[in-house]
Amino acid sequence: MPSRIPPLQITAYTATSAVGVGKEALADALAQSRSGLRANDFGDAPLPTWIGRVEGVEDVRLPEALDQWDCRNNRLAYMGLQADGFMEAVAAAREKYGASRIALILGTSTASIGETELAYTQLDAEGRFPPNQRRAAVHTPHSLAMFTQELLGISGPSETISTACSSSAKVFASAERLIRLGLADAAVVGGADTLCGSVLFGFNSLELVSSEPCRPFDAARKGISLGEAAGFALVERVQSGAGAAPLRLLGYGEASDAHHMSTPHPEGLGAERALDEALARAGLAPDAIDYINMHGTASQKNDEVEGALVARRFPARTHASSTKGFMGHTLGAAGIVEAVISLLAIERGLMPGTVNTRSLDESFGPQIRLEPVRGEVRYALSNSFGFGGNNCSLVFGKAA
Amino acid sequence: MSDMNPASTPPTLYIEGPAFWTPTLPGWDAARAAFRGEGALADPPAKRPAPQVLAPAERRRAPDTVALALEVAAATMAASGRNAADVPCVFTSAHGDLSINDYMCGTLASDPKMLSPTKFHNSVHNAAVGYWTIGTGCMAASNAVSAYQHSLASGLLEAAVQSASDQEPVLLVGYDTPTVGALTSVTDSRGLLAVALVIAPAPTERTVAALQWSVLGGADAVPTATPPASDAAKSLAGINPMADALGLFESLARLGAGPSAPVDLPLSPTLSLRLQLQPLNRS
Repeated sequence: MPSRIPPLQITAYTATSAVGVGKEALADALAQSRSGLRANDFGDAPLPTWIGRVEGVEDVRLPEALDQWDCRNNRLAYMGLQADGFMEAVAAAREKYGASRIALILGTSTASIGETELAYTQLDAEGRFPPNQRRAAVHTPHSLAMFTQELLGISGPSETISTACSSSAKVFASAERLIRLGLADAAVVGGADTLCGSVLFGFNSLELVSSEPCRPFDAARKGISLGEAAGFALVERVQSGAGAAPLRLLGYGEASDAHHMSTPHPEGLGAERALDEALARAGLAPDAIDYINMHGTASQKNDEVEGALVARRFPARTHASSTKGFMGHTLGAAGIVEAVISLLAIERGLMPGTVNTRSLDESFGPQIRLEPVRGEVRYALSNSFGFGGNNCSLVFGKAA
Repeated sequence: MSDMNPASTPPTLYIEGPAFWTPTLPGWDAARAAFRGEGALADPPAKRPAPQVLAPAERRRAPDTVALALEVAAATMAASGRNAADVPCVFTSAHGDLSINDYMCGTLASDPKMLSPTKFHNSVHNAAVGYWTIGTGCMAASNAVSAYQHSLASGLLEAAVQSASDQEPVLLVGYDTPTVGALTSVTDSRGLLAVALVIAPAPTERTVAALQWSVLGGADAVPTATPPASDAAKSLAGINPMADALGLFESLARLGAGPSAPVDLPLSPTLSLRLQLQPLNRS
């Protein structure tokens, strides 16, 4: 088991999803149990499903100097980065540490593949991309990070983590290691994923997409609702004085199922290993956790395996919920969005419910709650599991 | 101005089991000999590898990226003498599987409802590392990294940082494959090339070199990868983003043949990763 790590301070954080731009819109939706899902209206021939589409992405214009990065994913990232004073917080860190001491680690699964899909509908007579699409750096997984780094004016180590739906949870782990070794003083972490044909028709081909708004942990759940989101956090060593902030990254765990590309391990062994490692790095036992943001996709298998894991490892008092019903499964962005929800839970004492779910599958334990509850959250856990059997759990807390 | 913190010199690490695969140098023995000027390129070039980690049916169906990555991963684990099930892994690739991207985007443009579910789940960037963990029973942390032209250095940095901070061996695998179809007009990648090694926090009997490493910034940064020296390595220069590894693997091939010069790998336009190899002096 890993040993305890020094906590990191979360200096700034934000998320933008189908429930709105920034933390206030998100906190309000969570408090009111208001879902942002809508009937699928994405693309020319939409599948009969529900999606978490972010309003207004089409109207975003990147700064002129960054126009070559234009695509839906980078527009959504730009929208998200402007919320909650996030860019100002990064600018302050840049002043404090120097641009090359701030790392950038972003998770994405789609990156800008939506733009590549578009280019394939615009091929010339010789089957080549049209001139305005010959932007090699856009049609690559690292597009989001290169755009974000240029926008933020930071120049420390930068990488894209692309492990499907655990991508933007694992960014916290990579950032913590870089900072602990002294290779960076701060890191911008997060990610963005956008709706596109690949994910809508891809998950449809696997028969994982629900025809109605997703109902995580419902006895009659019918599959996932896809969504899009961008979220970011600025992490650094714990500060005192004017630079101090109360929220903490306490632990993370990363583990593999070693089972199947698109089906979780039947006993959730990879997920449990990630949980155990996250708790060990945080120096906590399961009963310390007040709130769990579950992966809870509303797929038959994920919910069955994760529900059983929470039931066997946590006391009945633990409040657990899935927030996928609010903004859909935002895939590579789910890790950061749910990290932000966990941080909001701690900051504001609000434990969200599981929206859209009507009748809990009785095989699950008492931990899973449908309604939001107000109360102190000292420690929150967030789970993210991806294709390839890739699991990540994060533990957040606050200053003592 | 260099504002890198001089106090941040990270601990020395140890390299085990270098592995290399490209059709003209299909394996580390062939590559090592050619990089030392003692061997020739394979003629005809080898066909794509058939990694034994996969079940026979999967071996045939596996995308090129998966076959290539698993071939070098298995070679490294065999040479390191470690059990793959216990070793965390970092796989890096600039482009992922370009042939699957071409299939996905082409199918979506013509008949999206015909999308193959298998191609879809193989389209994730972590497909290769996913198959590796499934094939070897590895439940440790696994990662899939990308950083465009700097993917090799970024993956190596991720693996080295994980090894040093968690004090455990980490498998690094880097792979890229040729561009195809309409992507040819935008993405420059011209061959199959994969490399792998284990980075460990302490030496073992299988260690081939000690590795001192540091991130250079500002005026100290070296903007281009150490260029290949041998004719064999020169024949692979720039074929895909993994060709940045040629200088490092030439240095590994020539260990003990005189003092090694440092190897530089660009991490970004303003940062580079400096690697200094030392043969282990076993007394």
